[in-house]
Amino acid sequence: MNKLNFLKPDKNNLYVYVYTGSALLFISIFDVFLSSFFNINVTSYFPGPVSLLLPLIIGLFGLHLIRIEFSGLKYLDLLNKNINTSNFNGALTLLIIFAIIMATPPSLSWFIFDANIAGDTKEACTGSGACWTYIKVWLRRFMYGMYPNELQWRINVSFILLIALAFVGYFAGQKLKKFLTLYYVIIYPIIAYILIYYLISGGSFGLEWVETGAWGGLSLTFIVSFFCLIFCFPIGMLLALGRRSNLPTIKYFSVGFIEFWRGVPLITVLFMSSVMFPMFLPEDFFMDKLVRVIIAISLFEAAYVAEVIRGGLQALPRGQYDAAKSLGMGYWKMHIFVILPQALKLVIPGIANTFLALVKDTPLIFVVGLMEIAGMLGLAKTNPKWLGFAMEGYVFAAIIFWIICYAMSKYSYNLELKYKTER
Amino acid sequence: MNNKVKKFVPQLITLLAIILVFGFFTYNAQINMDNRGIEFGYGFLKQESSFDVQFSLIEYDGSHSYARAYFVGLLNTLLVSFIGIILSTVIGVIVGIARLSPNFLIKNTAAFYVEFFRNIPLLLQIFFWYFAALRALPLPQDAEAWFGSTYMTIKGYYVPLFVWNNLDVFLYSILAAIISILIIRSYAKKIQENEGKQLPVLYISLGLLLLLPLLSFAIGGVNLEIKTPVLKQLSATGFIFEPALSLPPELIALVLALSLYTATFIAECVRAGIQGVSKGQKEAAASIGLTPRQVLKLVIMPQALRIIIPPTTNQYLNLTKNSSLAAAIAYPDLVLVFAGTALMQTGRAIEIVSITMLTYLSISLAISALMNWYNKKIAIKEK
Repeated sequence: MNKLNFLKPDKNNLYVYVYTGSALLFISIFDVFLSSFFNINVTSYFPGPVSLLLPLIIGLFGLHLIRIEFSGLKYLDLLNKNINTSNFNGALTLLIIFAIIMATPPSLSWFIFDANIAGDTKEACTGSGACWTYIKVWLRRFMYGMYPNELQWRINVSFILLIALAFVGYFAGQKLKKFLTLYYVIIYPIIAYILIYYLISGGSFGLEWVETGAWGGLSLTFIVSFFCLIFCFPIGMLLALGRRSNLPTIKYFSVGFIEFWRGVPLITVLFMSSVMFPMFLPEDFFMDKLVRVIIAISLFEAAYVAEVIRGGLQALPRGQYDAAKSLGMGYWKMHIFVILPQALKLVIPGIANTFLALVKDTPLIFVVGLMEIAGMLGLAKTNPKWLGFAMEGYVFAAIIFWIICYAMSKYSYNLELKYKTER
Repeated sequence: MNNKVKKFVPQLITLLAIILVFGFFTYNAQINMDNRGIEFGYGFLKQESSFDVQFSLIEYDGSHSYARAYFVGLLNTLLVSFIGIILSTVIGVIVGIARLSPNFLIKNTAAFYVEFFRNIPLLLQIFFWYFAALRALPLPQDAEAWFGSTYMTIKGYYVPLFVWNNLDVFLYSILAAIISILIIRSYAKKIQENEGKQLPVLYISLGLLLLLPLLSFAIGGVNLEIKTPVLKQLSATGFIFEPALSLPPELIALVLALSLYTATFIAECVRAGIQGVSKGQKEAAASIGLTPRQVLKLVIMPQALRIIIPPTTNQYLNLTKNSSLAAAIAYPDLVLVFAGTALMQTGRAIEIVSITMLTYLSISLAISALMNWYNKKIAIKEK
């Protein structure tokens, strides 16, 4: 038998090294596991720093021992190639594994085991974990704001209708396909406006009127993002075309407009819409706060959309313009049928990112007093009956937003793959 | 002729529309201000502000003018942006490189970090840190020391106070070090281009950066006194640490949220930049006998930086603009102090909102102008 040299593992004594290394690795992970899940510190009789670092050192030595190139064992090679290429890499691997093990019990107990969901009052929350009762009691407020409970079906109905109408495109026949763009760009927004104006706001057809100040929660987030998405896209497209126009007045107006909105933070734009804009309107002219906010956000995001679309326009080769012109197409015909379809296809990821930014920006409307979900959380948090549950509220809102945004980004990625054409 | 009309008419219409809209707005503004009895003008900036600001880098109290309040806010905004930019760059670069690691665990941890923090609205993150995470910290009297003599408490982070003598000499010495480093760098570049020799610029720079400030201590009469925080009782239940520099929790929450959020975008920029350098470059560099370090420093990084820097600057700009969310947690930044308190007191909406917007606008335009200049400088010069 060859002499074992523990600092230089080799293939000759493969199994000795692999078994010793695996055992050491197991010991180190098991030690962390014990101290994290069962609060048993096996190494407590060592001085502090040693006890803290011991699992890392043992584990590192274990990883060092199993780091044998071309061992012939499939899984060992895979392991070495992926997580154990060098000492530094091994240390990082161990640290990540330890961190996951250590973070699991506290987060599990906070989220599930020590959490409470029963009951309707603060007193029902006796555990040391999260108080989901708070979310349960306030759920309607987080979703619908101050909208009266018995009228909330109106929001639900209009949202369901809007979603159903949005899917019309999938079922349209071949003959109607060419009208789809028209439908989505013009007819759909009008239907949406009518639904929201007559059903959510009410005031006619025997429906009780609900002022926009009472709207709120997640539904308001949806309404604001929805309208801003619809408005900012065409405006942004026109601005992008304007910026590339060869008519100086239009070009410089577009440049100035875009650079202005891109240069200021959204919060100042919202301030402007709420305190400065009314000064510019005739005295007896009243414009709802929500409408002003939607206009402000739409203009703001339109500038970003414009820059994204401009990127797509610039990426198209000149030949496309020349070819369209040589067919005798005018400016608008050329852009609608030749240039924009190709340019927009190129910038799908950029547009999706802008829309994502828009959805993430909507909570900002709380600075002008509109109570969407962040605003409702602030309200709930300061309610004397429910003090001290800020964490649950923000975690809840974060989870909801995360799901929405992540779904959007995955969808845009699929869209990108779907429309990818070889050029 | 026809062509001329075609070009002229749309421009005329745009121009008329702009003039009409602006005229309409100005006219209404005039009437509205007359009705409220306020004159348009920036004279109010010299008036006494008579409000206090919690956290200020320059001396300020209610007896100072609105103009000084503006500078207090601006400096606070710049402070947050500066710390945020540094932190987010450090995190972003590490995460960006980690996303390219061959190590499966590291790669996925980095990807998880990016996907997690990128998809949660920044405002919620700020609220989370401020209202949930930092509120869980101990009171000053219960706080344990971090790193020996700093205290993280619910009232803020207390760090030792540095009392400088002849601070200006020290700053000059740092300035001198930076200037000499720049000179040495350009000299080293020249030598490398002409003779192919490489000077150890990094060690020389570090040495200079250490040596000159040390010299200023030895010769320049600079003196540094460190005062460690000691717990002091104000009332029966009120404790603070003194003498200490206290970083308010608003600042900490804001910096944490801003840098963790922006770092995800910077990480993506860094990843894209490194991936954007073609593999052939690396292989070619290795095949002419450069060491891995030289490959990274002389071949990969210069090309990757060309891709990384423009979008990263954009993110810095976004961070600076996003720092205005400070208003939501009452950190006294430009928006809160000026567009909030000052506006509320004076009622001069048009003047104050326009100043605030112009400030942000000029920061943005200045940085993008700098960026364009830099882009031109580093662009591949084709002959």
